[in-house]
Amino acid sequence: MMRADESSGGDTERLVAEAKESQHYTQPSRLVRVGDHLKREWQLYLLLAPTIIWLVIFLYKPMYGLQIAFKDYSVFRGIANSPWVGLEHFHALFGNDQFLRAVKNTIIISFYSLLFGFPMPIILALMFNEVLQQTFKKAAQTVVYLPHFISSVIIAGIVITAFSPGAGIVNTVLEWLGLDPVYFLTKPEWFRPIFVGTGIWQEAGFQSIVYLAAIAGISPTLYESAVVDGASRWQMMWKITLPSILPTIIIMLIIRIGNMMEVSFEMIILLYQPATYETADVVNTYIYRAGLQGGQYDLAAAAGLFNAVVAFVLVMTANTISKRYSRTSLW
Amino acid sequence: MKNMNLYSRGDRIFVIMNMVLLTIFALSTLYPFIYIASLSFSTGFEARAGNVVLTPVGFTIEAYKRVLSEPMFWISYRNTFIYTIFGTLMSLLFIIPGAYALSRPQLYGRRFWNLMVAFTMWFNAGLIPFFLNMRDLGLLDSYFGIIIGFAVNGFNIILMRNFFEAIPQSFEEAARMDGANEFQVLWKVYVPLSKPAIATVALFCIVARWNGFFWAMVLLQSEDKIPLQVYLRQVIVELSDDEEFANTLLTSAYSFETVSAAIIVCSIIPILLIYPFMQKYFNKGILLGGVKE
Repeated sequence: MMRADESSGGDTERLVAEAKESQHYTQPSRLVRVGDHLKREWQLYLLLAPTIIWLVIFLYKPMYGLQIAFKDYSVFRGIANSPWVGLEHFHALFGNDQFLRAVKNTIIISFYSLLFGFPMPIILALMFNEVLQQTFKKAAQTVVYLPHFISSVIIAGIVITAFSPGAGIVNTVLEWLGLDPVYFLTKPEWFRPIFVGTGIWQEAGFQSIVYLAAIAGISPTLYESAVVDGASRWQMMWKITLPSILPTIIIMLIIRIGNMMEVSFEMIILLYQPATYETADVVNTYIYRAGLQGGQYDLAAAAGLFNAVVAFVLVMTANTISKRYSRTSLW
Repeated sequence: MKNMNLYSRGDRIFVIMNMVLLTIFALSTLYPFIYIASLSFSTGFEARAGNVVLTPVGFTIEAYKRVLSEPMFWISYRNTFIYTIFGTLMSLLFIIPGAYALSRPQLYGRRFWNLMVAFTMWFNAGLIPFFLNMRDLGLLDSYFGIIIGFAVNGFNIILMRNFFEAIPQSFEEAARMDGANEFQVLWKVYVPLSKPAIATVALFCIVARWNGFFWAMVLLQSEDKIPLQVYLRQVIVELSDDEEFANTLLTSAYSFETVSAAIIVCSIIPILLIYPFMQKYFNKGILLGGVKE
């Protein structure tokens, strides 16, 4: 992921060389070298400082607070002074049906999103690439990117309205077909299809940008020689475009697998209700209810830590597998 | 691929089929928006009866009158503007100098600082520790907490840094010959040369701020501080279960459905207004950000 940094080594050498010259060829101490560097480049560090301080205060300091997953956290005693309880919260979680259900739901929903949602942007990008009229292409892209920029509250509002029992368009259509109305959002069996479908509707278009960028990087000579060989457009798509973007596809797949535990819980919070918890409640919504609404901070932090560790293992595994078999990896 | 000749009948069928399928996909993306817009201009009675399919039935602006007469709508709208404007400015204030410093080869421990930024993209402490931290900092229920607490984002910094790195060194050297210090190099050379990247990052921030809902809901308690999205949730999600509210509206010119639709339309409009400007930037922006993924 990070580019290997060649410059800091070279920089040190340059500093040493300069220092040598100024100090009559005696080797200055490391401290002096750093001091000289800071004196010369202090402005750079002043520019960097606010960002690093922000990261420490808002993202790294909470990592210290993560220890409450192993403590009996009391608001009055604070993080540091609350007593340790070891793995008690983890034992509690794994004996808790709600939590186990949330883990199961997270995996199922993620799996469905992956299965149905992952190929869509690839297919869309391939299709956009085959469009000859640029105006049509632009117009279609403008439309399919749009839902990505609409907030989850509004998308949820549209879903709730469209699937509502009396007035919603979905039930209106069912009525035309002579079917009985369905109270979709109160039916556990309908939650996952609606959620996964909404996710695809919202994100497939925008995610195709990444693949379009990859397609744009394919050398035109490949297509030119294919035309000379008399290849059809279908064959070119199948034999040139698709294999060329395979590394991008693999990287996106790794990212998706790494994010499996992070189903878009904001949308779930908006769409689910107690009647559908059975299929809709995921780990993050469980954390939200137990921790932020119920005040069981330590237990919820333990659930969060579990989630983060599983996600970390997932992304490492996916990356290792990918590295071994396809020489494509994130880092 | 643009001007490639179509050789066979098969190719032509392929291209036409492709266009038909894309058109269907685009229309199905667009349809929910059209449906909501039509609903917002229909009478409550027709909406309740499920008669709205494509165009407004019994055209009326009663739902909008109802939405716009609600003081909370305006308060939350104003708050969203405050969070969006100051939040975006705050983000740029952190992201631009930080990314610039990270892009400089002479920065000591550059690999470490970059890793420190990137790590936050892959691992974070989670909802509860983040919340407790905000509480310990005294940033619950405060405008400032929302504005500063979400200012920096690893992805945006790396995007910006990649762009700065791509700027040829000669620009910087020329400025240095004229005796410019770091601040002047950044402000007079890099910032003007990076307008597309800054616009991309700014637009990402604007959209994130405008749409932000979860943490605003969690961190803000006072009614008068909530942004539009939280107010929207109260109206749409919470009241949709409220039978009493639904029934009282049944008889009037608007209904729960048309009021929801009207409020949705009102909150989408600003995004639709800046969307055309965003479009030309985000293709490039994603391309830049994708380099290091």
